[in-house]
Amino acid sequence: MTTVHTYDVLVIGAGLAGMRSAIAAHEHGATVAVLTKVHPVRSHSNAAQGGINAALTDRGDKWEDHAFETVKGSDYLGDQDAVEILAQEAGNDIIALEHMGVIFNRNDEGRLGTRRFGGQKRARTFFVSDFTGQAMLHVLFEQILQANIPIYEEWFVTSIIKDDDGKCAGVVAFEIRTGRFALFKAKAVILAAGGLGRVYEPSTNALICTGDGMALAYRAGAPLMDMEMVQYHPTTLKGKGLLISEAARGEGAYLLNSDGERFMERYAPNMMELASRDVVSRAEQLEINEGRGVNGCVFLDCRHLGKAFINDRLRQINEEAKTFANIDLAEEPIPIRPGMHYQMGGIKTDVDGRCWDIQLHWKGVPGLFAAGETACVSLHGGNRLGANSLLDTVVFGRRAGKCAADYVKTVNAINVSEALVDIDHDLVTSILRRPSHEDTIAKIRLEMGQIMNRHLSVFREQEGMTNAQQVIHTLKHRWNTVGITDKGHVFNTGLVNTLELGFMLDCAETIIMGALTRKESRGAHFRTDYLDRNDDNWLKHILLYHSTNGAPDVDYLPVRITQWQPQPRVY
Amino acid sequence: MNTTLRIRRFNPEQKTPAPFFQEYNLELEASDSVLDGLIKVRETLDDSLALRCSCRGAICGSCGMRINGHAALACKTKIISATKDSQTIHVEPMNNMPVIKDLITDMSPFWEKIRQIQPWLQPSTPIPEAEHVAPAEAMNHLSGVMTCIMCGVCVSDCTVLEVDSKFVGPAALAKAYRFVADPRDDATTRRLTALNEPGGMWDCTRCMECIQVCPKGVGPMDRIMSLRAKGIDEQLPSTTGSRHAEVFTDIIKNKGILDEPMLAVRTFGFRNVRRLIGMIPIAIQSFRHKKIAPSGPLHRAIPGIDQIKRLFKRASVENHTFRNK
Repeated sequence: MTTVHTYDVLVIGAGLAGMRSAIAAHEHGATVAVLTKVHPVRSHSNAAQGGINAALTDRGDKWEDHAFETVKGSDYLGDQDAVEILAQEAGNDIIALEHMGVIFNRNDEGRLGTRRFGGQKRARTFFVSDFTGQAMLHVLFEQILQANIPIYEEWFVTSIIKDDDGKCAGVVAFEIRTGRFALFKAKAVILAAGGLGRVYEPSTNALICTGDGMALAYRAGAPLMDMEMVQYHPTTLKGKGLLISEAARGEGAYLLNSDGERFMERYAPNMMELASRDVVSRAEQLEINEGRGVNGCVFLDCRHLGKAFINDRLRQINEEAKTFANIDLAEEPIPIRPGMHYQMGGIKTDVDGRCWDIQLHWKGVPGLFAAGETACVSLHGGNRLGANSLLDTVVFGRRAGKCAADYVKTVNAINVSEALVDIDHDLVTSILRRPSHEDTIAKIRLEMGQIMNRHLSVFREQEGMTNAQQVIHTLKHRWNTVGITDKGHVFNTGLVNTLELGFMLDCAETIIMGALTRKESRGAHFRTDYLDRNDDNWLKHILLYHSTNGAPDVDYLPVRITQWQPQPRVY
Repeated sequence: MNTTLRIRRFNPEQKTPAPFFQEYNLELEASDSVLDGLIKVRETLDDSLALRCSCRGAICGSCGMRINGHAALACKTKIISATKDSQTIHVEPMNNMPVIKDLITDMSPFWEKIRQIQPWLQPSTPIPEAEHVAPAEAMNHLSGVMTCIMCGVCVSDCTVLEVDSKFVGPAALAKAYRFVADPRDDATTRRLTALNEPGGMWDCTRCMECIQVCPKGVGPMDRIMSLRAKGIDEQLPSTTGSRHAEVFTDIIKNKGILDEPMLAVRTFGFRNVRRLIGMIPIAIQSFRHKKIAPSGPLHRAIPGIDQIKRLFKRASVENHTFRNK
């Protein structure tokens, strides 16, 4: 007997986007459940340190400025209608978060305080010390508890199911603690499963960021968009690649090369260290490549900020620097380098989170929604501004939740066969039956991560990427036969890691495909064999569809431009 | 450096499930974390080892476990500090919660207790159109508690929970304090009244273990003490715990040295004969071992009691000013 759960709206993932969309769907009258592979407060939204952007118009800021800087930051690949929505609605969402209980930093008058962030001329980043994401995540979890929304905690989704009309009809998932499968019928599924950082090694991302949402949607027939746009964050620690927040530079820290020079002067004379991330990361990598680094790093210098200030505003980062690099920021510059951080691309959605087009300009999966890093609206285009990711999760999470709640009122009861569970159950059984041998999932993942970090990083070119493509192809074959020692059903982490690796290999393939297709340099995608941005040919999105026989199918969509025509990008 | 990880394992799917220890010998850097070690075991020696881990940077709270007898985050514990006494590092699942498999515990009792304190903001109405105006200082103070990542480490090593599973525990109490101390929250009296019940804030024995092990500097026990102070300020119905605190203060203020029999009598109340009779053997034993001073009228103030009184006066003024801030 198959266990069946039925909801109007099922949210996959319980980070900020997932919980925000669940609350919105609940408020709009839908029956909602959240299904997540880790407890909600373990989600990677925790890692967002610096803050959340919003132009509060009642304090003299203009949403148009925020929107323009986001568009410019995106290297004009962001869809401007979506960016306008983001910038216009940001203020209300910040206030809503404050009302829910987020303890945003206050100024002397007890009103919300701000700090500066990269790519923006004005201080419009609201924050909670340097653990803004965590402070928001825990508050949204509190709201989920208050609303009594059911959480299926430590459940792993194996596939999205569709009915005979091709509409999304729910998911198949198993409970990690018992290994038991269940069918979740839902008229709408919102994918909010986060990013894919572990496709790279190293990455700032947590070990759970394995691109599950993107791969699930892709396999179900929804297109992935602009997957080549992978952000390298300018300040990550050597080794495991842990993140040092942009808040450090926002609060005034310098970047120095081995000569002690503030080298950003040569790359971005106006914005200096606070130029957009792609610009700063490229500058750092050039300094390092040209021999002005030390052991593959340049330096972040906070000393002039003073001990008291660091303790007040950068406490967590300093703790992290002490624990993981053995450095006190008040006393020494810390070695940092660009490291893989964020996927601007993702599951193509419209501005209400739909993964299909109601005007039928592009093909998708009706009933499927996405929000957060998993999704690509597209806001961030070729490069995301710091502190826009948290904003993305709450604005578009909320919109997806509301739209899903409205959508389910128009759909009849779901009718799918319970036998769909058997396909995934059989896959798991076959993985467990494979003998474990020399080859391991750890080896495959490491090889994938290293090749991606070598050829799909700050600088890219045809030959290296083609090489990476071949390697991923071989790794996919190896994945089909790799076995694990644990044959049990209870908390089989090896099994979970195997399935995640399968998702990541699909993601890697699409990143490479997107990057090989885009023959220009734009935002985070910088090709040494095509040095310039080419608006004539490439001011467009790349859509990738899953195909059963080999490489992804490629399609294109125009960038939506409202009021900002592309200009040369200078910081 | 050559390191041995001695890990307590448990597989519930074995025929007769029983915990056992397994040792893994491997090369690690001194600067590696215990989590790095465990991941290396899983990736190179034994992929069946089960543990939770995610962020590697002490923010997600997944990898709470006992390392050399005390709960900690594996990602925040360095090999160098864990091998101070021996090159073997003992790794076990957290205490005070059931073990599911290897280092993975069932945290549902933990979450149940968090839920018990109604962990959401209950602001007064009407809600302002813009943000609540709140003192920067108050928000900064709260951020010291909001850094709690719910890893369960304090609960694992709580000595009260070890003997009384009904105790709401350090994490939930710290969370409760986060709301009680929030100027925007309007449910303070209701919250404190609930925490005044058995199993609540008065059941902490102040062993300090939670402060010692908390990886985020939340200091749960300090928050519990602040809750108690607020409870006394609110003049909630007295409990054994609150009377103990008040009588204790009163005796010290007037005598400068503790009168323990009187402390017991006044805390439990003169009429609580059964409880007081129960205390007699302890009193006799303590008296025999010269652990307690003479009681009642025989209990004299120490020389320099005036200075102690002055200290009390000053502390109460400072406390008053602080609380009015």
